Amino acid sequence: MYLSVSASRRLILMAYDVLFYLFAGFAIACAISMVYHRNPLYSAVSLVGVFIALSCIYVTLAAPFIAAVQILIYAGAIMVLVVFVIMLLNLEEDRPHSRLSYLYVVGGGLGLILLAQTLFVFYAVSSAPNHAVDQSETVGRTISIGRAMYTDYLLPVEIVGILLLMATVGGVVLARRLSQPQLELIVDQELERRNEGDEKNDYRIAF
Amino acid sequence: MEPSLAGYLALSGILFTIGAVGVIFKRNAIGMFMCIELMLNAVNLTFIAFSRYYADVTGQLFVFMVMSVAAAEAAVGLGIIIAFFRNSQSIDVDDASILKN
Repeated sequence: MYLSVSASRRLILMAYDVLFYLFAGFAIACAISMVYHRNPLYSAVSLVGVFIALSCIYVTLAAPFIAAVQILIYAGAIMVLVVFVIMLLNLEEDRPHSRLSYLYVVGGGLGLILLAQTLFVFYAVSSAPNHAVDQSETVGRTISIGRAMYTDYLLPVEIVGILLLMATVGGVVLARRLSQPQLELIVDQELERRNEGDEKNDYRIAF
Repeated sequence: MEPSLAGYLALSGILFTIGAVGVIFKRNAIGMFMCIELMLNAVNLTFIAFSRYYADVTGQLFVFMVMSVAAAEAAVGLGIIIAFFRNSQSIDVDDASILKN
């Protein structure tokens, strides 16, 4: 098959391969670094690396709209929110393990079983006969996504809109203080609350 | 055609497993939240790969829906984490076991 294509076509295919392995390796390395680091901020930055690598892979899969949205929503909105919360709560590093260490071995074993299962299912799916569809480059274009979104999938889009509204209201209700203090009093109250922290925590010990 | 479908699916499976193992290993609520985001992204990669190989735009639409749900999850989940931190001065999920007694 490769003999019939021209040299430039072969070069492009090779570039696709190289890009895929490059970004896949970057994504896996960043994911492992995210799980490995105890400092939540390092984890967040590693996760941004995963998102960027996946976005690059989406571009090679002819999905430029999803690649842009991935950067905007995930690396932009969601991770900024996460980093903001990490900074707001002034989190320190996780305490070193207090759990029994054999539980980590059990967790790793379960992870390996999950990996084997997932790869087996995917192997079975991808070795099924292909329908040989016409893989045109136009599928991922914004116009085709928009047309499908506002004709065939109008109801799911509306439902997602309502879900986002509910999440916005819910987030505000959950995160606001019960007694709406004056802005200049917040710092005093915070200090006061932290001083009371030891006494407040006693109810858990008393149980 | 580019790298085969199996390559993308394998990458997706590996990322999903790393996310699942991370949820098991992490004790910090924000860390678990980020691992869940990683798992959602692994599934998104599967959707995009199938969308590409079957030339069907539906997969990309579902990725868009998943992203919207992830944004809603981020808003509510981080709100819960802030409320929990305000009550217990910690986001360690081991401290969230008051109902146990």
